[in-house]
Amino acid sequence: MTGLDRKENFIRAVLLLTAFSAVSVLAVITVFIFAEGTPIMFRRGVGGFLFGLNWYPGEGRFGLLPMIVGSLEVTLGALLIGVPFALACAVVLTEFSSPRLRNILKPVIELLAGIPSVVYGFIGVVVLVPFIRETFGGPGFSVLAASIVLGIMILPTVISISIDALQALPPSYREGALAMGATRWQTVRMVLLPSARSGIVASIILGMGRAVGETMAVIMIAGNAAAVPRTPLDPVRTLTSNIALEMSYASGEHREALFATGVILFVIIMVLNTLANASSSRRARGKRG
Amino acid sequence: MSLIETEGLSLFYGNFQALKTISLNIESCRITALIGPSGCGKSTFLRCLNRMNDLIDGVRITGRVAIGGRDIYRRETDLLDLRRRVGMVFQRPNPFPLSVEDNVLFGLKVHGQTDRKILEEKLQRSLEAVHLWDELKDRLKTNALELTGEQQQRLCIARLAALEPEILLMDEPCSALDPIATEKIEALMFELRKRFTIVIVTHNMQQAARVSEETGYFLLGELIEFGETSRIFSAPRDQRTEDYITGRYG
Ligand SMILES: Nc1ncnc2c1ncn2[C@@H]1O[C@H](COP(=O)(O)OP(=O)(O)O)[C@@H](O)[C@H]1O
Ligand SMILES: [Mg+2]
Repeated sequence: MTGLDRKENFIRAVLLLTAFSAVSVLAVITVFIFAEGTPIMFRRGVGGFLFGLNWYPGEGRFGLLPMIVGSLEVTLGALLIGVPFALACAVVLTEFSSPRLRNILKPVIELLAGIPSVVYGFIGVVVLVPFIRETFGGPGFSVLAASIVLGIMILPTVISISIDALQALPPSYREGALAMGATRWQTVRMVLLPSARSGIVASIILGMGRAVGETMAVIMIAGNAAAVPRTPLDPVRTLTSNIALEMSYASGEHREALFATGVILFVIIMVLNTLANASSSRRARGKRG
Repeated sequence: MSLIETEGLSLFYGNFQALKTISLNIESCRITALIGPSGCGKSTFLRCLNRMNDLIDGVRITGRVAIGGRDIYRRETDLLDLRRRVGMVFQRPNPFPLSVEDNVLFGLKVHGQTDRKILEEKLQRSLEAVHLWDELKDRLKTNALELTGEQQQRLCIARLAALEPEILLMDEPCSALDPIATEKIEALMFELRKRFTIVIVTHNMQQAARVSEETGYFLLGELIEFGETSRIFSAPRDQRTEDYITGRYG
């Protein structure tokens, strides 16, 4: 064996070890959450967890339905508010503005992702919650408030990945459409958006993952009542909030039930990520030719 | 009056002059070939005829380009209608990554056609015109990117044919295709010549000799010689043309 070979093998071993340790950390976390969370689910019945309406940990009642519904509602609301705005931004920046403007604005938008979520929550408490209380009534801490703030928080993700998807399209699509007498807007609507669809879908799913997983901002503005909200102005508690609010003092079955909450969250996020991956690999295949 | 007339047409990319006072007349319902080494302004000239150069920043154009007797660079020109009347086939087939049907109907929809029956009829007739109907009539919903290169190029011609343009500009339409596919596309051009005026850029001299009735030779932004194809290839008047067609160029 030459010295070079030995060096190569050494480097390979180090790299393998690094890669393996990253994966194994993930595996350990997964195993840990499932080991802590699933026993109580099976002991008490999975149905009771998923569909129980009452969360009274002191009385040993662990119905997670309000939180599951809460997470879904808040996430859906965030998408309804954030996605149209984000797509409009992405289209304007890629198709209707100069490269210079785009090169300035895109990093600025990506910077939004770096603002700590507690800051978003703070602005929500100070500005948005009173505004909703005074304009629409109710406590102000609500599904609506959480949806709006989450809608803003997912903008950077959706915008920047959609921009990448649109920019990755070969210029020949644009040229072909314009050369047939299409307007810029027709080109966007009929050719570019459909062509970039899988990338855009992936961006929305990743934004959705962000909205489902967000905790701090939501705790500050959602009101956190563990009941299924009847209107968008009612307070709501999400799965993540449920864990964060109670973990510090929970013990015994209560603690296990919070891990079970984590298991459900974990499954939701895994499903979303798988969808995002499937959608973007379809894009990679669509690109040949 | 010729269908396409240019008079003293010059084009600048910034400070670089890519076309130098080009004057030529192209007759209707003929195939005109533009030949010359690459980088000599053939594509640039072609893009002047449907004003695709407008999309490039820093382009300046002087001189006159008239189609059907009207200057297309006048202010009141309807650019969208011009591009409907002057279609363009690109070097690399560039169908949209949509279904075959959506590709063919794109132009019609863009120009406001919504009648389902007309759309269906045009779909069939346009695909028939390029001999794709029999191959694809059961695959109208397939993504166009799944077709072969030759089928894709035919589809690109079909989606233009649907708009019934007066002029088809073809910028090296066969350079991404193999010889057999090239032969088939050339046969198609021959048929289409009855319906459209075709201007084809090619760096393949055999192709120019085979398909065209008139040929122009471009060199470094200048039109060196223009005339009947058989005459250009048998008795070129300019030494530089002769050098090029006999392969002595460069
Ligand atoms: N968008 C552009 N900006 C600047 N220069 C260009 C542009 N397009 C083409 N050119 C230049 O103009 C000249 C002619 O190009 P082109 O028309 O593409 O030649 P051809 O089609 O004959 O190969 C070349 O020297 C090329 O570098
Ligand atoms: Mg060219």
